[in-house]
Amino acid sequence: MASSQPVANQPAQAQRGTQAGLKYPSSGKTIYHRPLNRSRTQELSQASFAYLFGEMVSYAQKRVTGIQDLEKRLNVQGHPIGLKLLDLLLYREPPRSQTRPLNIIALLQFTTTVLWRHLFSRPADALEKSSNPETPDEYMISDNEPLVNQYISVPKEMNQLNCAAFVAGIVEGVCDGAGFPARVTAHSVGKGEEGELWPGKTVFLVKFQPEVVEREAYLGKS
Amino acid sequence: MSYYFAIIGTQDNPLFEYEFGSAKQGGDGVARFPQEARHMNQFIVHSSLDIVEEVQWAGGQMYLKCIDRFYNNYVSCFMTGGNVKFLLLHMPSQPASTNTTRASTSIAANPTSPQTEEAIKQFFTEVYESWVKTIMNPFYQANMEVKSPVFRSRVAAAGKKYL
Repeated sequence: MASSQPVANQPAQAQRGTQAGLKYPSSGKTIYHRPLNRSRTQELSQASFAYLFGEMVSYAQKRVTGIQDLEKRLNVQGHPIGLKLLDLLLYREPPRSQTRPLNIIALLQFTTTVLWRHLFSRPADALEKSSNPETPDEYMISDNEPLVNQYISVPKEMNQLNCAAFVAGIVEGVCDGAGFPARVTAHSVGKGEEGELWPGKTVFLVKFQPEVVEREAYLGKS
Repeated sequence: MSYYFAIIGTQDNPLFEYEFGSAKQGGDGVARFPQEARHMNQFIVHSSLDIVEEVQWAGGQMYLKCIDRFYNNYVSCFMTGGNVKFLLLHMPSQPASTNTTRASTSIAANPTSPQTEEAIKQFFTEVYESWVKTIMNPFYQANMEVKSPVFRSRVAAAGKKYL
């Protein structure tokens, strides 16, 4: 659309100095006119997602110093998505279960069921608490076959890399948004052996900040 | 009844504010805060944030109802999943105790009645829908001020419809 085209339906706003640069769609429809609910059939093509995700990884790969840095960048790309999905998915819940998660278990269950179903059309494969008594703040979400990794082949010299760090970023965004600050990292646990059932199995390690565990203990008592 | 509505971000930073009056019972939709007390609204709303932090862990409901009172000012709160607070300060035109019987059922005169609670809930729910749409904007980052004139008009419409 040519920039010289007059903004027909918003003359008052176009005149105002601060909004002169704003462009309104010719239909007059904004993001506020679009519905928030989606029907079951509106799914994304996996091919186009894989293509886009491949580009995201190579974009993140530019100017990085190492694998850790690359995973960090993927994590940062996912983080705002998690923040936004939290409210969107809560909004879509039926009114009776439309509650903010108040404890770690409720939050992680929301993540493994509602969030996972929204992103990958299936729940996560397992949710476990760390059995190590020294790390009571760690939880593990496992996914046997992460959708994002399906068309990603990692070169041998970078075998530490797991591109599901992007999904870890989304999970981190959900945790941070709900008021449970955490670090989430993705780890490959497949051993690369012949005939393994789930060679791409990934564990998302959720490590909550100490204050979250402290608050949890305090709220549990009262 | 006069209303002052504010959206407070996760860092206790204001993201949006809007002042309006009751449009029900022949109201004209204009806020009538006394001139000498009007600037106090922001203080009253922000001082109630401490109470929000206490009650937010007591239950998972988003609508926390009327949480604070300062003389004739009542503060109701709605908390989104992302820890953003919607705060509505409502001030009846005359103190609640001096109601005549006829006016006592109207939401304009009775700041803590179930009807008022329900009306405010519907107002918040409608604003929440617009809020989720705002944050779905890919250019919107957490704790950014909301400047959209469309959002403002949506809030105004919700206020007119329910309050």
